[in-house]
Amino acid sequence: MASITLENLTKSYGETEVLHHVDGHIEDGEFIVVVGPSGCGKSTLLRMIAGLETITSGVVRIGERVVNNLEPAQRDIAMVFQNYALYPHMSVRENMAYGLKIRRLPKSEIDRRVREAAEILEIGDYLDRKPRQLSGGQRQRVAMGRAIVRDPQVFLFDEPLSNLDAKLRVQMRLEIRKLQRRLGVTSIFVTHDQVEAMTLGDRLMVLNAGYVEQFGTPIELYSRPASLFVAGFIGSPAMNFLPAQAEGGRLRLEGGATLACDTASRGPVTLGIRPEHLVADPDGPIVLRVDVLEQLGANTLVHGTLAGTRTELTASLDGVRQIATGDEIAFTAAGEALHIFDRDSGKRLEG
Amino acid sequence: MIKRVHFPPGVLPYLLVAPQVAITLVFFIWPASQAIYQSFLLEDAFGLSTEFVWLENFAALIDDPIYLQSFGRTIFFSAAVAGLSMSFALVLAAFADRVVRGATAYRTLLIWPYAVAPVLAGALWVFMFNPTLGIFPYFLGFAGVKWNHYLSGNQAMLLVIMAAAWKQVAYNFLFYLAAMQSIPRSVIEAAAIDGAGPFRRFRDIIFPLISPTTFFLLVINAIYAFFDTFGIIHAVTQGGPANATTILVYKVYNDGFVGLDLGGSAAQSVILMILVIGMTVVQFRYIEKRVEY
Repeated sequence: MASITLENLTKSYGETEVLHHVDGHIEDGEFIVVVGPSGCGKSTLLRMIAGLETITSGVVRIGERVVNNLEPAQRDIAMVFQNYALYPHMSVRENMAYGLKIRRLPKSEIDRRVREAAEILEIGDYLDRKPRQLSGGQRQRVAMGRAIVRDPQVFLFDEPLSNLDAKLRVQMRLEIRKLQRRLGVTSIFVTHDQVEAMTLGDRLMVLNAGYVEQFGTPIELYSRPASLFVAGFIGSPAMNFLPAQAEGGRLRLEGGATLACDTASRGPVTLGIRPEHLVADPDGPIVLRVDVLEQLGANTLVHGTLAGTRTELTASLDGVRQIATGDEIAFTAAGEALHIFDRDSGKRLEG
Repeated sequence: MIKRVHFPPGVLPYLLVAPQVAITLVFFIWPASQAIYQSFLLEDAFGLSTEFVWLENFAALIDDPIYLQSFGRTIFFSAAVAGLSMSFALVLAAFADRVVRGATAYRTLLIWPYAVAPVLAGALWVFMFNPTLGIFPYFLGFAGVKWNHYLSGNQAMLLVIMAAAWKQVAYNFLFYLAAMQSIPRSVIEAAAIDGAGPFRRFRDIIFPLISPTTFFLLVINAIYAFFDTFGIIHAVTQGGPANATTILVYKVYNDGFVGLDLGGSAAQSVILMILVIGMTVVQFRYIEKRVEY
């Protein structure tokens, strides 16, 4: 078990910098999810921690050790790959035992660890099969087994669930979480799926175009997104963004409606409101002209535009509703549900 | 529904395949059948009298110690050429696979020898190893080795093996490199994380995964050493000294065109034909079974 520290980490390919000054401290036993759209550098970051990519500048520390120039094998980590990366010519047992064999563990110890891991992952019946004889979910388990038997200080997961079907993904997600709790191993999990990120991580690191947008608990990210990018990326359905003018203590929306808001700033801003925080109120200032309904049973998503403008707006109402296209519904939102971002930089303004 | 395209029956399809059929007939079926026919004949050196002798030519071969020696020599030669060129190619491919910068240049250079005609490859080695003019005998002299492949049968054999293997390295290299590059990167990375160093990764992961290629190349190299090395041997040693480098295919030529024993030579080429057919069958059978590891 160990903590991980990233200090001012950058990665360049030739002239192009793809990761910019990443900082972060990961506590011993913590489950961190690195999340972002494809191409944001999240896999590169993971591979740098694993030792599969060189570090252009900065420091990676596992425990007290600086591992910048250590081979992957010397970093005492285990990694689960997106395509599982099982050795196709070895049986499940050999796959899991390979790392231990290299470390010259006694045969009885190898057997014991493999059996233990197989039991935890319920793959005991397949130990003598080759990977090609297994289903995707089973291969996933074997890949995890191979990581577990090594008893490493850190688990690294590189989008391990993205090749599974939706149902299996939800199931494996839960299992990975339970397993990590049980073993207490510091873990870093890379994904582009924000639901996966929210449900798995103790803390989330949101990456965008090589920059860390925010690093915090899922609830922090949800309730106080640090930038427009995080605000739009975390939460489903996505947050509404309305252009507005801050006038010190209140916000003027397009179309003239005003909202009370304890903001001291003035000038053009972007107002963010989550669909689930819009409360129907006949006297509310925010009026939605309905275009489309999405009936989800437990709630109804109302898509439309802010009345009198072309700004898109979505609200989430409880239960099943019948609303006609073209109807107008008025909403209000509590002060703490209003997120105000700088129009230009996209950074969160106070509050 | 798949729409099937129908061509009206006519002469065009036959015309289109005719060249290929003609070439196969003229250059393969006809000579092969002539060889089989001739192998049953006994003919005097001037072609004035011919006698049908059934399998006597074959019986004479089996009793001929020189032929049997040549058989053993061919197998040794084949194994040496295949072993040498494949292991050398494997090492080169393993290194080329790890090269990141300038990989294309390396690869192109390594492929060049394959474009050299066998006779030219042979000529190259003859000059390099010429006992009086060659650069290598000069250096070997410092090491106390007296090199003269015109006198030493073993040295002559060594020389043709090197020349033949050198030419085949490029071909083997290409296949090995392609095989190695088709192994998913993440499998190698997983092994690295498991603690396997470069050599261990090669032995435990890469080599087993490219074993179908190894088998394929083994057969191809054996066929190459059996048949395509004629030009090299002809240029380097002419089968000598004292038959030390006369492999089967060279003996076919020597007995037939130099010794003018057409029947015996034809019988030898029929045996070679059966061998190559056998090897090809084994290869296809085996490879079909092993496409998946």
